[in-house]
Amino acid sequence: MDPLLSQLFAGLSVGSVLLLAALGLALTFGQMGVINMAHGEFMMAGAYTAFVVQLVVADAGLSLMMSLGIGFLVGGLLGLLLEATLLSRMYHRPLDTLLVTWGVALILQQVARDVFGAPNVDVRAPEWLSGAVTLLGVQVPKTRLFILLVAVVCVAALSIVLKQTPLGRRIRATVTNRDLAETSGISTRATDRLTFFIGSGIAGVAGVVLTLLGSIGPTLGRNYIVDAFLVVVAGGIGQLKGAVIAAFALGISQALIEFSTTASIAKVAVFVAVVVFLQFRPQGIVSVRTRSLA
Amino acid sequence: MSAGWGRRRPGPDVSPKGTPLTTSRTRTFAFTAAALAASLGLAACGARTDAEAPPASAAVDSCVDTSGDTVKIGFLNSLSGTMAISEQTVRDALDLAAEEINADGGVLGKQLQIVAEDGASEPTIFAEKAEKLIVSDCVAAVFGGWTSSSRKAMLPVFESNNALLFYPVQYEGLEASPNIYYSGATTNQQIVPGMDYLREQGATSIFLVGSDYVFPRTANRIINAYAEAHGIEVVGEEYAPLGHTDFSTIVNKLQASGADAVFNTLNGDSNVAFFKEYTNVGMGPDDVPVLSVSIAEEEIGGIGVENIEGQLTAWNYYQTVESDTNAAFVEAFKAKYGEDRVTSDPMEAAYTSLYLWKGMVEAADSFDVDAVNAASDGVTFDAPEGTVTVNGDNHHLAKTALVGEIGADGLIHVVWSSDGPIEPDPFLEGYDWAEGLS
Repeated sequence: MDPLLSQLFAGLSVGSVLLLAALGLALTFGQMGVINMAHGEFMMAGAYTAFVVQLVVADAGLSLMMSLGIGFLVGGLLGLLLEATLLSRMYHRPLDTLLVTWGVALILQQVARDVFGAPNVDVRAPEWLSGAVTLLGVQVPKTRLFILLVAVVCVAALSIVLKQTPLGRRIRATVTNRDLAETSGISTRATDRLTFFIGSGIAGVAGVVLTLLGSIGPTLGRNYIVDAFLVVVAGGIGQLKGAVIAAFALGISQALIEFSTTASIAKVAVFVAVVVFLQFRPQGIVSVRTRSLA
Repeated sequence: MSAGWGRRRPGPDVSPKGTPLTTSRTRTFAFTAAALAASLGLAACGARTDAEAPPASAAVDSCVDTSGDTVKIGFLNSLSGTMAISEQTVRDALDLAAEEINADGGVLGKQLQIVAEDGASEPTIFAEKAEKLIVSDCVAAVFGGWTSSSRKAMLPVFESNNALLFYPVQYEGLEASPNIYYSGATTNQQIVPGMDYLREQGATSIFLVGSDYVFPRTANRIINAYAEAHGIEVVGEEYAPLGHTDFSTIVNKLQASGADAVFNTLNGDSNVAFFKEYTNVGMGPDDVPVLSVSIAEEEIGGIGVENIEGQLTAWNYYQTVESDTNAAFVEAFKAKYGEDRVTSDPMEAAYTSLYLWKGMVEAADSFDVDAVNAASDGVTFDAPEGTVTVNGDNHHLAKTALVGEIGADGLIHVVWSSDGPIEPDPFLEGYDWAEGLS
């Protein structure tokens, strides 16, 4: 098989994982400006949701599909709770949000440890996702294809919501100019809540599909949170397009560099590349003009 | 799985600190990243080099009080932080051993009084607590430690106070302190036998995958030397940063390498991601078996039996070892802690270490450190893993190496055993091919 082609696919699949982890953050951090350190823990909650659903529904395929929906709700509701109880009191105080959500993240981790125990748990992958298919002479694990598909569906659904629905218009209006949106009769509070619900829900979905790839433990979220912020910052604040491009660009370059060097070098190289890139283009790949004063 | 690591330590991610950012939002991001890095950045290994420091032995007066009918000993394990998950199991095994010894009349007629401390997964705290146990609690011996960084941090404390530490985890070798007894395997009792087994099975090319820290790098240096001397080709050597979650590239390289077998020194969560990827691309133990040295009974559930069934491990003890002593140990452990608990190599080594100390004290007829050291050579214990014997020169144990296969029941079953106990050789002096390694 062609190593270059197989690495390209590996890169796409790394990118799709990055994208799923970052998509919700692109909404809550990118659109609303909330630094939510507990975003990774919402993913962890999604992963444990998949575990719990599988305890109830024995069929691995059915439980996975159900978990995607339930994981969205669990993540979303956790987000809603966080927004309503804490974050709503500290908009315009980003540093406080940072500390508060970090604290929430630690609490959620400990709750998971107390409820599910410290050792990792296992979610069985359904039969129809086991093994690999051969595409263009490259062996591609079916789980990776599935994750790519979920990522594409999430992006598509989100962009339809943002572009085509009244809710999406309200969200975009609030991002572009919060005060003007408010004077035009948009309830920015309600919009914020819904945005946060959707963003956190996507984190839950990301957590569910991650059970196909990695360990499910209390600290699952920590492994992804930095990369997720990296994608959002490199992609540019306020635009989904930027996050999509950044996720796949980072994923593919990581995979290609890793193939010719090592995993550690690839990680460093990607960070350096992002740092250099931001020197020349601080606003990220895609930027949105806002009329807000901030 | 020892060394400056945690079996399930979440990997500190690299942070884009210092990223020049301009907008106010992105500036807060930089702060975020820095804060995150600070909180995730677990203590770096206190990379002290070997145990060459001369013991200050006789000059130090011990404050151990043996006048009453009790004697104090210290248990020092991480009960909080990233290592708690592993070290709690060791503490459980130590508690069990102490309970049994006390019920059986104690040591030299004295009941053991446990002073328990939490090392909090921090090498510096291990050193502080060790000092406290020795100097203010006046314990006769300390049992505990897991990571090599915790052991290296405690080593000078034990040497300068001429006290005793019993360390229960297999590690990377190249150390022999007069004040530490190593009850886990050194490299020639785990890694070398693991390679012997793969060679016997006809492997002519191997692929090495490990986490990026001291233990896998040291282990792989030994494996490379071994492979060169025995005509085995190392077709790949890959390291993943601790906490690495994506193994698609490493597994691609593994597939492309055409290796006969994999020697796996990955640690913690990385094992889960590696084995899921390995299974997902359609590989299995029949084509390319993986021999792991950091996966014990309690990790198997988290990886998923279906992802790892039929793979190999190298240790000195498994829960399934067939002997009356082991049956009694497993039964007592389950009775005390619950039917769903499993026993593993480090737990057994910790349990054994307490009995070995008892044997040494009784042989010396004294709790005095120098007397115990003088009497230690040849002390044996009929341990759950089989009979182990203390080597008085390097303070390691002669123990039998076992290669096991992971079964559908989630336990590990012995498929190969060395011809009797292997003499410990932490500096690999008895192997021609290992010249220049230490």
